[in-house]
Amino acid sequence: MALHPSEARPFGKSITRKEDPRFIRGKGRYVDDIVLPGMLHMALLRSPYAHAVLKHIDTCAAQGAPGVKLVLTGEDLAKLNLAWMPTLAGDNQMVLATGKVLFQYQEVAAVVAQTRAQAEDALQLIAVEYDALPAVVDPFYATTPEAPILRDDREQKTNSIFHWEAGDRDATENVFADAPVIVSQDVRFPRVHPSPLEPCGCIADYNSATSKLTWYVTSQAPHAHRTVLSLVSGLPEHQIHVISPDIGGGFGNKVPVYPGYVCAIVASLSLGVPVKWIETRTENISSTGFARDYHMHVDVAAEEDGKVLGLRVKTVADHGAFDAAADPTKFPAGLFSIVTGSYNFKAAFVEVDGVYTNKAPGGVAYRCSFRVTEASYLIERAMDVLAQKVGVDAAELRLRNFIQKEQFPYLSPTGWTYDSGDYATTLQKALELIGYDELRKEQAEKRARGELMGIGISTFTEIVGAGPSHTFDIMGIKMFDSAQIRVHPTGKVIARLGVRHQGQGHETTFAQIIAEELGLTADDVLIEEGDTDTAPYGLGTYASRSTPTAGGAAALCGRRVREKAKKLAAHLLEVGEDDVTWDGEKFSAAGLPAKAVTMKDVAFAAYTNLPEGMEPGLEATYYYDPPNLTFPNGAYIAVVDIDKGTGAVSVRRFLAVDDCGRVINPMIVEGQIHGGLTEGFAIAFMQDIPYDEDGNCLAPNWMDYLVPTALDTPRWETARTETPSPHHPIGAKGVGESPNVGSPAAFVNAVVDALSPLGVTHMDMPLSPWKVWQVLREHGVTE
Amino acid sequence: MKITVRVNGSVCEQDVEPRTLLAYFLRETLGLTGTHVGCDTTNCGACTVLLDGRPVKSCTVLAVQADGCEVTTVEALEQKSGLHPLQQAFWDEHGLQCGYCTPGMLMAASALLAENPDPTEEEIRFGLSGNICRCTGYVNIVKAVQNAAAKMRADEAKSNEEVAVSGATSE
Repeated sequence: MALHPSEARPFGKSITRKEDPRFIRGKGRYVDDIVLPGMLHMALLRSPYAHAVLKHIDTCAAQGAPGVKLVLTGEDLAKLNLAWMPTLAGDNQMVLATGKVLFQYQEVAAVVAQTRAQAEDALQLIAVEYDALPAVVDPFYATTPEAPILRDDREQKTNSIFHWEAGDRDATENVFADAPVIVSQDVRFPRVHPSPLEPCGCIADYNSATSKLTWYVTSQAPHAHRTVLSLVSGLPEHQIHVISPDIGGGFGNKVPVYPGYVCAIVASLSLGVPVKWIETRTENISSTGFARDYHMHVDVAAEEDGKVLGLRVKTVADHGAFDAAADPTKFPAGLFSIVTGSYNFKAAFVEVDGVYTNKAPGGVAYRCSFRVTEASYLIERAMDVLAQKVGVDAAELRLRNFIQKEQFPYLSPTGWTYDSGDYATTLQKALELIGYDELRKEQAEKRARGELMGIGISTFTEIVGAGPSHTFDIMGIKMFDSAQIRVHPTGKVIARLGVRHQGQGHETTFAQIIAEELGLTADDVLIEEGDTDTAPYGLGTYASRSTPTAGGAAALCGRRVREKAKKLAAHLLEVGEDDVTWDGEKFSAAGLPAKAVTMKDVAFAAYTNLPEGMEPGLEATYYYDPPNLTFPNGAYIAVVDIDKGTGAVSVRRFLAVDDCGRVINPMIVEGQIHGGLTEGFAIAFMQDIPYDEDGNCLAPNWMDYLVPTALDTPRWETARTETPSPHHPIGAKGVGESPNVGSPAAFVNAVVDALSPLGVTHMDMPLSPWKVWQVLREHGVTE
Repeated sequence: MKITVRVNGSVCEQDVEPRTLLAYFLRETLGLTGTHVGCDTTNCGACTVLLDGRPVKSCTVLAVQADGCEVTTVEALEQKSGLHPLQQAFWDEHGLQCGYCTPGMLMAASALLAENPDPTEEEIRFGLSGNICRCTGYVNIVKAVQNAAAKMRADEAKSNEEVAVSGATSE
């Protein structure tokens, strides 16, 4: 049972969440809950074609429709120089189409009306003449000479976006030249979508009397969005007030800026009244940030006993019509070069080619630190392919190849310095807890009876917390984060941070961090995020970066407040500052423990009883630029049974042992693990956004793009090991994404393990019953 | 069209467009924004409310269909005596993260417990399978419903005992 937020010394304790009282009463305040006087509603017309010349748009009838106040087309935006906008990845994206449409569901026109229904009605009255073009759907075909050039706006007349490399090509080739064993595998990570329960949306409210634009938006990065908006629109930054209210889940989907946002802003600027735009679920899945869609090829060089030597990876990344990824600027393939994972490779070389196709733009980091999920899935799959080849148990192969704990800080062959870890201990714990040896025995018995049971292991390493600003920026803005603490006279605190939670529990965990530093309770500390007029600047919440960056800022900011508090305490205790000690709850005079003052006493003195010459007040701001990333890791084990008749996979057990460094609130960490595992489970077994040869999106809603219910979802088992991050102010590493990063490989490895007696060495996700059944039939297991 | 609906105990007479969905009637006409909309296809259940005591996805019910009916939304769960046991249990068991599915989950769970006061885990998972949560992985939602069910059964037993005692006294 969790403790109440009034608990003293709250760090490391399971405390019930401070944000919950409003949510359980239906009193959360999400964007669509906000109603402003005179507010109008906007709806978007979208292209039915994946690739077509946009010959003519006739909006006359729509303009005269009941309630309609404004119709916008790409030509209208072009006059304002806003037909295109920059993406966070440094590409350009059409706001409303001009000339051509490049993906099905692309934004073509916007209608603003008194009601949403009127706006939707008027969309039907817009006549658009298209001239259909052949669609480019296959990313491998996209870069052949025969493929039509999709982006004729660019100087480079090619469908190639970028070629990116990491590691040492020559050293890797040398290792492969002498390797006794080489295994190779093509691995696809399907196109998936974060699909937060609340779709994206905004209200743009331009006040012509004050020249101020207030923008309520589903944003995981409100400060960065304000800066981008200012740069693109020319509006002065201090006249843009971004408010990111309660957010109904983000998972990376709410990092990019979307065309609907820009249209709502233009409409409000034109009409001088608030304009609301809330997308539908279909719009969310079909047009906003998708994730993955990586076509990977991996080669592993190894000794005959399975000791790894070299790793070679070549990937084609399908970004769709515009590169609307949200990676740090210097990393077009994100942190994919973490692909050597938890293993001691001598050399590695990684290439990624980004290409355009006629599909929705992306890809975002879906519950993932910038392509870490793709990397983790690939290496964990490859380790099993190797294990099968050399005939070594999957757990034993990993133990033979782990980076040893004495090797930390460990420099990887692709240039990352891992902070800390103890991989062998974590895996051993997982093997013991799940009863690995017993399970293998059971499996052998079942195999003898012709039953299909599989055990899958994934021992991943993540890389989170971007970032040190010397390496990481987004459009030039360095990726630090911030906290500001204001202690009021009665010892109550308001703290503001540059990140923005979407369910992660910051209002509780950051209150715990600050309360611990100040000797208060979490109840004493109110956390505010998401308001750019009040919060200090920060880059937002995604890529498991909040605790590694803003969590560090919160702790160090608390210590900065305590420094001044100590001077005040010395004054109150009538001793020199050097004679004041802090025991976590109170200041006391050295050698006189009875003579003590609390933070509340000190806070009151900061406003009422100051030493001569001291500046009044008790507050601080801290901008924390982490010296390195953090490297959470874990050992996950899945146990599955496969129905031979239907191909249905049943996940009998799943154990996640996570090492995310020091834990602030174990209850919240466990909740994050449960949620991430469920998303990983969905990716492994249910999710894909396929396109047909004409570029029609075949899964644009939750009827076709599946999300798991309580009935589908396995029962999760969790445990932890704890290797603190040596450089982080509280030793924490970040955790929200580990389960989504680490789990898909465990599921797939389990299914492949079950089918391995048939000679199966790999299957691509999603492992639907249909796909598994086809394999069973191919091998004569079922009719 | 004129409709008369009793919402959370208050009678509301409103003129609505026939195509108005109950979810939007509650959210926009009555300002009861606790009922959320998460999909267009009746999959997610964020809009679940009780219509004459039965759970419905209010995005798939026309407001005019509620004419003459009683609608109960999340805003009515809390009583003067305090939070509903389900609300308290979701809070205690960390049964929510972003909070967007929570009102629908609470309403679906309250209907489940009204029908089956002592459900098994499987029955809870089945009972809530029309409601999607993208954050929690359902583990703590199931725990919360079990916890609330136990509390409600205990409360019920206690109040039955009190009735029995007062009955005995009056005799």
